[in-house]
Amino acid sequence: MSPLLAASGPVIPNFGGAPSTYACERANRLFCADWVTRNWSSVLWPALRQHIVLTVIAVAIGFAISTLLALIAYRRGWLERPVLIVTSILYTIPSLALFELLAPSFGLTRTTAEIALVSYTLLILFRNTLTGLREVPAEVKDAAAGMGMGPMQSLLRVELPLAAPAIIAGLRIATVTVISLATVAALIDNEGLGVPILTAISGEVFKTELITAGAMAVALALIADGLLVLIQRWLTPWTRAGR
Amino acid sequence: MDTVNTAQPEGPLSSPQAASLELRSVSKHYPGAPRPALAELSLRVDAGEVCVLVGPSGSGKTTALRLINRMIPLSGGDILLGGVSVLDREPHELRRQIGYVIQQIGLFPHLSVADNIATVPRLLGWSRRRIAERVAELLELIGLDRQGIESRYPAQLSGGQQQRVGLARALAADPPLMLMDEPFGAIDPINRTRLQDEFKRLQDQVGKTVVFVTHDIDEAIKMGDRIAILREGGRLAQYDTPAEILMNPADEFVAAFVGADRALKRLGLETLAEVELLAADGSAVAGTVSRDSTVRDALSQLLAQGGRPLRVVDERGREVGRVNLELFAEVLR
Repeated sequence: MSPLLAASGPVIPNFGGAPSTYACERANRLFCADWVTRNWSSVLWPALRQHIVLTVIAVAIGFAISTLLALIAYRRGWLERPVLIVTSILYTIPSLALFELLAPSFGLTRTTAEIALVSYTLLILFRNTLTGLREVPAEVKDAAAGMGMGPMQSLLRVELPLAAPAIIAGLRIATVTVISLATVAALIDNEGLGVPILTAISGEVFKTELITAGAMAVALALIADGLLVLIQRWLTPWTRAGR
Repeated sequence: MDTVNTAQPEGPLSSPQAASLELRSVSKHYPGAPRPALAELSLRVDAGEVCVLVGPSGSGKTTALRLINRMIPLSGGDILLGGVSVLDREPHELRRQIGYVIQQIGLFPHLSVADNIATVPRLLGWSRRRIAERVAELLELIGLDRQGIESRYPAQLSGGQQQRVGLARALAADPPLMLMDEPFGAIDPINRTRLQDEFKRLQDQVGKTVVFVTHDIDEAIKMGDRIAILREGGRLAQYDTPAEILMNPADEFVAAFVGADRALKRLGLETLAEVELLAADGSAVAGTVSRDSTVRDALSQLLAQGGRPLRVVDERGREVGRVNLELFAEVLR
C-alpha cells in the first residue's frame, strides 16, 4: 500500500495507474468496501479512537460538574434555578456558533471542543441527577435518619443509590448527544469522526467515506448506549425485582 | 433498672435489655403555629413496658414519639432514656440505640431483606459473621426464615412481610427502646390482627421498652401495658393501665374517646381463666367455650345461645366450670 493512499487527502483520489483497483472510487459508487479496508488503519480507526476520547472526556467532566452542582442544589434549593437558566442557555446555543465563540479565546484546540461538548451535557445531567435525588421517597429518608445515619451516610448509602436509575438515564442521553455533536468538533481541532465526514463533503461528495464515517458515529452511539444500559442493570438489580 | 445498654453482645435474645423512659414537661411549638403541638407532657415508662400514645389527629402523639429520638428538636422540657438526657447525646448515635418503626415502613428498596435488617449493625461496625448470625436469628423471630427470602428485595414482599422486616430491622442491634409510629396502620385488618398478636408474642420474648403510637383505641387497649390518651393541642388527658382507663375514665373526653362500649372492651382484657367460674353441676348447657377465650367472646357466645349457661373447658377439653349471665355482671362490678 502506497503512503499516498494513507492520507485522507483529496476527496475522490485520482490515482493514475492500475485503473481496475480504484474503479469503484472513481465511479463514486455508494459504498466501496475496498476503500474502507485500505483506509481503516490510517483514517477511520484513528478518527474513531479520537472520537471516543473526545466523548469520554466531555461526559466525564460534565458528569463531575453537574453532579457537584446537583448535590449542592439538593441541599440548597435556591441554586436550582440559576443553574437551570445557565445550562439551558448553553444547551440552546447552536453548536457551530458555540465553537466559533470559544475559538478566539482557546484557539483551534481540543480544549475548545471539550468546553463546548461539556456545556451540552450539563443541563441533562444536572436535571436528571437532581430529579433522581428528589424522588427518593420521604419515608425512606426518614427511616435512614431514624436508624442513625448521618446526612453523608444517608446520601451515599441510600439517596444516591436510589437516584442511580435517573442518573444513568441522564448519562445515556448526554453520551449519545456528545457522540453526535463531536462530529462537528472536527471543524475546531481536526479530530474525531467529523474529520472523514468533512473530508467527504468538501467538494463533490465522496459517498463511501461519508457513509462509513457516519455509520461509525451511529454505531458508536448505539454501543455506548447499550453499555450504559448494561451498567445500569448491573448497578441497580433491584429495579427489575418484580413480585 | 435505669441502665442504658449498647447493642447486646453475642448470643441469642435470652437476655432482654430495656431502659426506662421519662418525659419531663416536654413541649413542642412549631414556629408560626397558634397552639403548641405538645404541651408540658410528662410521663414515665418503666423498662420493659409498652406505652401506647393514643389520641385524635392533632393531639401530638407522633410529635412526642419523634422528640424522643430527636428526629425533631425539643422546644422545652427534657427526655431521659435510662436516666440520661437524650439531649446529652449525638442524635445519630442516640438513634442507633433506639428501634424505629414507621407506618410507611420505609424499607430501603435497593437493599435485600438481609441488608435492610443489617442496617444498624453495619453502622455500629459489627463483624460480618455476627451480622449474618443476627440476621438469621431475626428472620426466624419474625417467621420469615424461609429459604431465599433474605436475598429478596422489599418490592417482592407483601405489605405484612415488609412490616415484619421493618420490625426486624428496628430490633437488629437489640435496642433498649423501640419507637413504633402506627406500625400496623397501613395493613389490612386480618393481617393487622395477626401482626399485633405476633408483636405481643415477640415482646414477651424480647421485653423491650416500647412507645407505640396509634389512633385506634382498640389497638391501644390490646397492645398497651399503659395508655396515654392525648387530646387536641398535645395535652395529656389520662395515663393509666387499659383496665383503669376503661373502668374510670378521667373525664368526658376520655369516656367519649374510649367509646360507649368501654364495659365490653374491658371484658376483652380478661380470659375466662382469670375469672372465678361457677361450679359444674351437671345441669343442661347451651354450648362449650374454651378457658382461653376472652370474657367478651364468651359473653358474645352466651348471648348468641339465648343467654343460657355455657360449659367452660380447658385445653384438653375437660370441663372446668360454668358461666352464666349473672356471672358476667359480677365480673364487671
